[in-house]
Amino acid sequence: MTGFLWAIAQTFCVVLAAPLMAGWVKWLKCRLQNRKGPPPWQPYRDLLRLSRKHVVLADTASPIFRMAPYIVFSVTILAVSTVPVITVQLPVAALADVIALVGFLALGRFFLSLAGMDVGTAFGGMGSSREVTIASLAEPALLMAFFTLAMNVSSTNLSTVICQLAQRDITLYPSLIFSSMGLILVAIAETGRIPIDNPATHLELTMIHEAIILEYSGRHLALMEWAAMLKLTLFSLLIVNVIVPWGVALTLVPGDLALAALIVTGKLLVWGMILAVSETIQAKMRLFRAPQYLGLAFILSLLGMMSHIILEV
Amino acid sequence: MDFTMALIIAESAVLLTLLSSVVPLFFLRRPYLQGRLSFLLLGISGLTACSGGGMALMLRTSEQMVLPIGLPWLHVFLRLDPLSGFFLFIVGLITFIAACYGPAYIREYIGGKLSIGPLTLFTGLFVGGMFLVLLAADAFSFMLAWELMSVASYFLVVFQHEKPENRHAAFIYLLMAVVGGAFLFLAYGVLAGFSDGFSFVAMKAAHLSPTWATIAFTFAFIGFGLKAGIVPLHVWLPLAHPVAPSHISAMMSGVMLKVAVYGFIRFVYDLLGNVTWQWGVVVLLVGSASAVLGVLYALMQHDLKRLLAYHSVENIGIIYIGLGLSMIFYATHHLEIAALALIAALYHCLNHALFKSLLFFGAGAILQQSRQHDMEKMGGLIKKMPVTAYCFLVGCISISALPPFNGFVSEWLTFQAALQGPLLKSGILGAMIPVAAAMLALTGALAAACFVKVYGIVFLGQARSPEILEAQDPSFGMQLSQILLAVCCLGFGIFPTWTVRAINGIPEGLLGTGLSSATDNGWLWLTPVNPQTASYGAPAVFFGILVCWLLVYVFLHPLRSDNRIRIAPAWDCGFGPLNSRMQYTASAFAMPIRRIFSFVWLIFEKVEPAGPGGRAHYILRIDDRLWLMLYVPIGKLMLKIAERTSYIQGGNLRVYLCYSFFTLLFLLWVIV
Repeated sequence: MTGFLWAIAQTFCVVLAAPLMAGWVKWLKCRLQNRKGPPPWQPYRDLLRLSRKHVVLADTASPIFRMAPYIVFSVTILAVSTVPVITVQLPVAALADVIALVGFLALGRFFLSLAGMDVGTAFGGMGSSREVTIASLAEPALLMAFFTLAMNVSSTNLSTVICQLAQRDITLYPSLIFSSMGLILVAIAETGRIPIDNPATHLELTMIHEAIILEYSGRHLALMEWAAMLKLTLFSLLIVNVIVPWGVALTLVPGDLALAALIVTGKLLVWGMILAVSETIQAKMRLFRAPQYLGLAFILSLLGMMSHIILEV
Repeated sequence: MDFTMALIIAESAVLLTLLSSVVPLFFLRRPYLQGRLSFLLLGISGLTACSGGGMALMLRTSEQMVLPIGLPWLHVFLRLDPLSGFFLFIVGLITFIAACYGPAYIREYIGGKLSIGPLTLFTGLFVGGMFLVLLAADAFSFMLAWELMSVASYFLVVFQHEKPENRHAAFIYLLMAVVGGAFLFLAYGVLAGFSDGFSFVAMKAAHLSPTWATIAFTFAFIGFGLKAGIVPLHVWLPLAHPVAPSHISAMMSGVMLKVAVYGFIRFVYDLLGNVTWQWGVVVLLVGSASAVLGVLYALMQHDLKRLLAYHSVENIGIIYIGLGLSMIFYATHHLEIAALALIAALYHCLNHALFKSLLFFGAGAILQQSRQHDMEKMGGLIKKMPVTAYCFLVGCISISALPPFNGFVSEWLTFQAALQGPLLKSGILGAMIPVAAAMLALTGALAAACFVKVYGIVFLGQARSPEILEAQDPSFGMQLSQILLAVCCLGFGIFPTWTVRAINGIPEGLLGTGLSSATDNGWLWLTPVNPQTASYGAPAVFFGILVCWLLVYVFLHPLRSDNRIRIAPAWDCGFGPLNSRMQYTASAFAMPIRRIFSFVWLIFEKVEPAGPGGRAHYILRIDDRLWLMLYVPIGKLMLKIAERTSYIQGGNLRVYLCYSFFTLLFLLWVIV
């Protein structure tokens, strides 16, 4: 029972901290580009402002449009709840493994894309079309990367994966290196960052995620924005805890948990820096270059799995 | 004692279907009553079959019965075991729901030019044929029932025969069915050659050399594959399914393909036995190809029913991936994993029957209401037909394999079986299984993309043609059948442990090992291998989504005392008034995917510039590459051979009799 309470508390913390992660990356990016930039806690102000505003709904919108923000946000929370953040002793992780995690994200994306098409504007349809195209290439790569991890520890349960990886000695596993590279590439694509999508643009030729949520306002927009920030945090957590699993508490002792929380925060801040630097030195790709990028991610993940089967079994 | 009862119940279901085809013929003058009566009897027979099959599945024993009909030395053997019980349950369930849907759907035919006599007659024969295929326990009655099913469904496909494309589709279907039947004859012939009789018991006891077993397997794989619609034998499917009446399309796609899968499982696991891993590899590869190509072809369609037909190819591919994995693990003596993969394939059979029928029923409702089958002319239907729209949404989520609905469970189980690949310790197999898993992952993602397109274009946005504005929800029976199926999709998604426990009797019977570990940890947990390896708590996931939704809603709403929503015209970056032609179309939506995978199709794309005072035209044609690569050459070859051999066709009756006589003599010489 305490396990479940810890899990709920942990999920709650991540949900609350997600805007800070997004704000941190944005602030760093501005600094790197010699701009002053909004403070890292600016997203909280934005969310609060949006949630206080009236919702303006397009007259062509259907109930799907109003349902979508709640569904997208809920399934993202559910996805976050299955990721071990500071401890691997979570009963929640047994409810849904990595495949289900990918499934949750896909369900969220399904409704997000439907919402884009609901109002019947050209931008919405364009955004949805691009979103599902990118996703249909990114999702298999993500699954392949997860499968390599799963085969390594013969479990698809994320807690078990991280627990076992953290307890191993530091040796080079080719499969893990390949799948980590694949995972990072997919994470960047899935969270709509440069070079696939640009969260700061509203130019019709380039936008993907922003085009979908163009018609949203008020609390619906707040939920959509928050869900996107949560997704960024989720993938950041996956990357830092799977690739660098050391520091995650293996027990439920409060001292260990506090230390683990510090370490995870540190890892997230460092990952944020890497992300900001990579976004500063790269430009956004053309849409039709994205398949090559995602194909690379897929091949890397597949190579990881092959090398596991051929070299490590 | 109970079990003979299940068989008797199943037999009475067959009799009821025959009644449902014959009795209405006495009321040809009163078509309304005729339709009602036919569907009433069909519905009862569906329920009967459902209960008989369910009993057989639960009781897990097998009993057979010899009916003293047929030829004197060829009695009809009937048998009901968990495998046929499971498929009988699926066929019965969908038949029952289709019978709820039918009366309102065929109303448009009543009073039209066509008599509904053939429709009621052949629907009963079609369903009866399917029941008999599942019950048959000797090759002779199996083939008889199989051909009954094929021929009856041909007449259903050709029902609206005034359109030439319908006749064309039906002809292709019949041709493929005949070829498939011939392959099955050969397959059973090989088995019969080594056994003393046509009954399945005798065939099972036969000892085949590995070469002959592989030959029999090849024939059966092609024969059943033709009916199931695996790539490259799928070409009849996208032609025949769209032209049949929608409840028939639902049954052909949802159920008849499953009967072919049943035949394949029965033939390979039960009659042949001694599965080799090479067969498994073939099945796995063909399954992967069918899954990916099926979904890619589906993405390019904008005829709703044809799109759904291509998705059947995809789903049959997923089922074959499960079967292939199961055969590989079975041949290498990993029986638990083989059972897992087999359960995954069977579970997907059930799921596909449910959601594909649901989607075809939705498409039928749209077709009836708006007379539109082209997606490019639909749009905004969620406001016109809300019940159909929400049921269709459930179907879309299920077929896209998204949690917590049923499609996800079976794909999850297939993935879990594939992840046990490293157990095999063989380089080739070890490399094969990850590729299949990758194909399955790609298929799932592309299917989701396709159904975003379908739902977004058909139900959301604004109406693209005036007919769509007049649509409304169909009458009660059609709504009820969709709601029933939607509830089933959710139910089988949330309570997978009960389903897996029920199916478990099938691998116990076929492989000798069940998968008791999957359901050992209570109704909440599905743990296919063991709890440490993987677990999925479907009820908790569903509950979690609902709780999160509720919390977020409650949390956001008290912030303001008035939460009114202001309705205004769409903003669209301030670009002025919208009209329906500014929306994305189905072709535009799929364009990025068309460019990325352009090597798969034959794409003909052309823009005709506007002449003086005219409009510009955009022409896009996407053809099945396999049709041109495989079928056109075969067709040409056949014509050439026919030309060469036509001189023996002199038109003289005596010459023909001579041919028959010498053939008989030759055969006698060969046999004696």
